[in-house]
Amino acid sequence: MGDAEQSLSAADRRRGVLMAAAQAGDAAAYRTLLRECVGLIQAVARRNGVAAGRIDDVVQDTLLSVHRAMQTYDPRRSFTAWLSAIAQRRAIDALRSDNRHWRRELHAPLAYASYPDSAAPDRALEGAQAGGTLRVAIASLPAAQREAVERLMIEERSLAEAAAVTGRGEGALKVNLHRALKTLRAKLRRA
Amino acid sequence: MTVSVSPHDELIETLASGLQPVRRLASPAVRAVLWLALVVVIAAVLALVADLHALQRRLMAAPDLWLAVLGSTLTAVCAALAAFELSVPDRKPAWALLAVPPLLLWIGASGLGCLRGWLVADTHPASLQEARECLLFILGLSVPLGAALFFMLRRAFVLRPGLTAALGGLAVAAAAATLLNFFHPFDAAATDLAVHIVAVALVIGLSRIVAVRAFPR
Repeated sequence: MGDAEQSLSAADRRRGVLMAAAQAGDAAAYRTLLRECVGLIQAVARRNGVAAGRIDDVVQDTLLSVHRAMQTYDPRRSFTAWLSAIAQRRAIDALRSDNRHWRRELHAPLAYASYPDSAAPDRALEGAQAGGTLRVAIASLPAAQREAVERLMIEERSLAEAAAVTGRGEGALKVNLHRALKTLRAKLRRA
Repeated sequence: MTVSVSPHDELIETLASGLQPVRRLASPAVRAVLWLALVVVIAAVLALVADLHALQRRLMAAPDLWLAVLGSTLTAVCAALAAFELSVPDRKPAWALLAVPPLLLWIGASGLGCLRGWLVADTHPASLQEARECLLFILGLSVPLGAALFFMLRRAFVLRPGLTAALGGLAVAAAAATLLNFFHPFDAAATDLAVHIVAVALVIGLSRIVAVRAFPR
């Protein structure tokens, strides 16, 4: 344990020396250091609960931040602590952005009440033509969910229009569309 | 020959090949002292045109006025130091707490001044016109002080823009309120305290709005 701590602090010191050389313009030292940083950043991202598919984004954002923050590193202090602070911040940014994206998706069906998305059916059809998977996936939806997708997304009707055509309430259509999108996402992910 | 396996090699190569030597930033304490030196220079200029005898008489008359000035001065010093510390990535957010004790002293002593207004007969509270002038003085002086502070903070790398901007705003407002004493012919009163609180809140709010966007990511 003591040895591990000692080697960690030796590694930290070595990274500090590399960063000091990078500050002086040594590109080779900088390249070596940044390569070493990748593993450390991945560990910080994982520790902060970043999803596996987003870890590379955190690594890239952190490497860019390290480049911009280079002048703030003081070689008398721990490089690992300096890097971890930046990586942790970028991990939190990624979590926040995922959270915002997720919330937008959750509320997307509400937008159909006023603004049907004209781009979505085109994109959906393109996807279906390319692989046929989306069309098959829609066809296999339960009737009420398929109806919501067809009226609101493919026929581009507003929520009020779709409610008039189907005889269902707007609330029920929203719920059905939301369930349909969830089912489709799961089906396409498996496909 | 080694084969590149990391998906980040391309970015690392771009960053390394475009590397330029950088000038290491001075320590947060040194940068805070530099900014405070600017405040001292402005204070020296204002002292040339202010009635220093009146200032001395006023400060001697009541201890709470001294304490309020001491509180605002220490708030400016501590908030500036905390803002510069937080402009470096590996510093703890707890640095923000450094500004709390002097801020409490400032608010407490100013509040005491309000009480004295009711207890002592011949105090001269600020009129609405004077209160407005105080507000404009603090806001007006905050512009150059804030511009200098945030220019210096921008050279660092702020990871907590909201907190750092708020501390910077507090430092600027406290410094401006301290310098206001050169031209403050009346005692602390409720209107005066309210004006100071409004001015400080405005400066902190504006700092957050402006600086949060200005800090590089």
